[in-house]
Amino acid sequence: MDTLLLKAGGWLVVVFFAFIAMVMAADAGFAVHMGIIAIAAGIVLWVTINKADYAAIGRGILKAPEDPGIYDDDPIRWGVIATIFWCIAGLSVGLIIALQLAFPVLNLNSEFTTFGRLRPLHTSAVIFAFGGNALIATSFYVVQRTCRARLAFPGLARFVFWGYQLFIVLAATGYLMGVTQSKEYAEPEWYVDLWLTIVWLCYAAVFIGTIVRRSEPHIYVANWFYLSFILTIAMLHVVNGLSMPVSLLGSKSYSAFAGVQDALTQWWYGHNAVGFFLTAGFLAMMYYFVPKQAERPVYSYRLSIIHFWSLIFLYIWAGPHHLHYTALPDWAQTLGMVFSIVLWMPSWGGMINGLMTLNGAWDKIRTDPIIRMMVLALAFYGMSTFEGPMMSIKAVNSLSHYTDWTIGHVHSGALGWNGMITFAALYYLVPRLWGKERLYSLRMVNWHFWLATLGIVLYAASMWVAGIMQGLMWREYGEDGYLVYAFSEVVSAMWPMYVIRATGGLLYLAGAIVLVYNVWMTIAGKQRVEKSMTETPYDEAADKPIVDQPAIAPAE
Amino acid sequence: MSGFAQKHKKLERNVTLLAVAAFVTVAIGGIVEIAPLFWLDNTIEKVEGVRPYTPLELAGRNIYVREGCYSCHSQMIRPFRDEVERYGHYSLAAESMYDHPFQWGSKRTGPDLARVGGRYSDEWHVQHLTDPRSVVPESVMPPYAFLAEKDLKAGDMVQHLTAQRRVGVPYTAEAIAAANEDLMAQADPEAVTTDLVKRYPKAQARDFDGNPDRLTEMDALVAYLQMIGTLVNFEAGEAQEEPR
Repeated sequence: MDTLLLKAGGWLVVVFFAFIAMVMAADAGFAVHMGIIAIAAGIVLWVTINKADYAAIGRGILKAPEDPGIYDDDPIRWGVIATIFWCIAGLSVGLIIALQLAFPVLNLNSEFTTFGRLRPLHTSAVIFAFGGNALIATSFYVVQRTCRARLAFPGLARFVFWGYQLFIVLAATGYLMGVTQSKEYAEPEWYVDLWLTIVWLCYAAVFIGTIVRRSEPHIYVANWFYLSFILTIAMLHVVNGLSMPVSLLGSKSYSAFAGVQDALTQWWYGHNAVGFFLTAGFLAMMYYFVPKQAERPVYSYRLSIIHFWSLIFLYIWAGPHHLHYTALPDWAQTLGMVFSIVLWMPSWGGMINGLMTLNGAWDKIRTDPIIRMMVLALAFYGMSTFEGPMMSIKAVNSLSHYTDWTIGHVHSGALGWNGMITFAALYYLVPRLWGKERLYSLRMVNWHFWLATLGIVLYAASMWVAGIMQGLMWREYGEDGYLVYAFSEVVSAMWPMYVIRATGGLLYLAGAIVLVYNVWMTIAGKQRVEKSMTETPYDEAADKPIVDQPAIAPAE
Repeated sequence: MSGFAQKHKKLERNVTLLAVAAFVTVAIGGIVEIAPLFWLDNTIEKVEGVRPYTPLELAGRNIYVREGCYSCHSQMIRPFRDEVERYGHYSLAAESMYDHPFQWGSKRTGPDLARVGGRYSDEWHVQHLTDPRSVVPESVMPPYAFLAEKDLKAGDMVQHLTAQRRVGVPYTAEAIAAANEDLMAQADPEAVTTDLVKRYPKAQARDFDGNPDRLTEMDALVAYLQMIGTLVNFEAGEAQEEPR
């Protein structure tokens, strides 16, 4: 009872201070955020006080299930639902901003719905909300299974889940109100950054603590990738987020670095948000779920060692390729280019290790749409990790930089690799986490696969064409020695490409909606009656032994 | 199993070793690439003309940052013939040395803005921001008419300049103390601006949004846009090549 009182008192203090900060805030954005924090703390307070009355719910929300014989899966179930929720939210905002570029009237003449404010909402929602929840949930799932141990610090694990959702809500509402540091993929302001740092350190504690408690002598390869992802993101986030608030009661801050130093720090962060959030973390998912779903061991243990260490060593150097031909010193650009090209090899090491795991099970591509999703994800991983090094070559970059080619490249990685491997992991997890025999429908997984694939093809192809067209039109000289195109002419030439891109996005979103329905029905315990994915031909007439027929006796 | 895989077993049986080794591995690249930028001459050299932003320009820049203009506009002209002809002299590192944060951008859905200052009239900017397609029919830019409706929240420029000085922008104590007055003086066509121009050479003082009765966010943003890339006088530079 004493601890209950202490906890409730603590949350009450949080509510109180958040409320005071809200009243004294220097700007509206900060006031709204403090209000959100006060409400969040109030909800926790309410749950804490009512814990005694709602023992069953409380067990789920505040601590692990009593039975030590089962894994602590509550935060993972919540994480799966949060992943799907933010997936739909992030993809929808993406579709809206794609349409805004084709039909600018969709900016709706309101300050809250301009492209400039919605674009970070889209990028953060898909990378940090969808991707981040998928990573946290799967890492908690994988680390327990591969260590044969329950989560260390179950209370902290729950704090990580809810704290991370609060981070997302603060970041997202901030963007709409114009609270941004305007550093790409690091837009949240200083106090949101501080909050994320706390949550992230707790995440590291839970993850590493669980590894320490393991019953297996070896740490499984997926956990190396999760571990390096958690540590590196902490380093990148802290350094790139360094800033000086104008007021401790206001949202605005100024980055600690300026100009060229700020630019390289930002792209050291930005490129490794790709390298560690979207690559190392998702490779960890690949290293668990692909062997599981294929029921084959990982192809090569030695390859996994080599490609792990070379990948994490090389990725960090690649940031300057975002700054080719800028005011960044030439040696740094060249260093970034060289390491980006070398990075191709460990990237393909990961792809090969994933694909070759299917050795002896290749027929499953035909029969199992989840395996097919994984293979497509690895194929897109391979493609975009080839395209990336190519675009980092300075001569190529002089054409591709500042164009939509970059956008196409990012989305072939994000939609193809991150999206598909996450969807495959979700389809693997849902029946197991909710104790169902199978998914509601495997044929719907197939539909999701084809909708998403078609969507990616339209998206990437239109943006490749658009980007190369832009790059060439900007630098086109006529015979008179003058530039041929005004900038506005290049903008109007983009229209059909923008429409095709939005169509691709719509198809991808449609696939995700099929996932929502499928997961919903699975959790509800339904099973769709459907034809199985493959029909091995069966000819009843041929299914008989051959019996020697007596020769027909000749007529006498 | 070969030797190195045997040795690797040490790492994969000990999470502390694994974590430390991984952290050291990822720390190297950043240290080697980023740290030198803080003392190499060509990244910290000063160029004549580059100065900190005036309080009004800074307020305008904060609106540029708030609205996420960097999503579609770069501020970094690369040294290519077509870019120099289209946008002006290529960008120098020193030109963004007081930019906290930098706004070089990564995408040109719209044109580069590194030298947009002085290219168009104030009236053009106001009309373009209010309704982009009324002046550029092909444009896909969102309308920013609301900027002209919102009063500039300008009373706390002393705090802003103090924060800027804490991250290394050389505002003098005098400039910080006068920040609020300087901001008002720059947007007021009636005000005396000798002190302002002394502190911030080339500062342009006038009513920017066509509505002298009000100090709006439009005033600040246009004041910022009209000064971007205008501080360094490239015409005055002499050719540096040695005759062969």
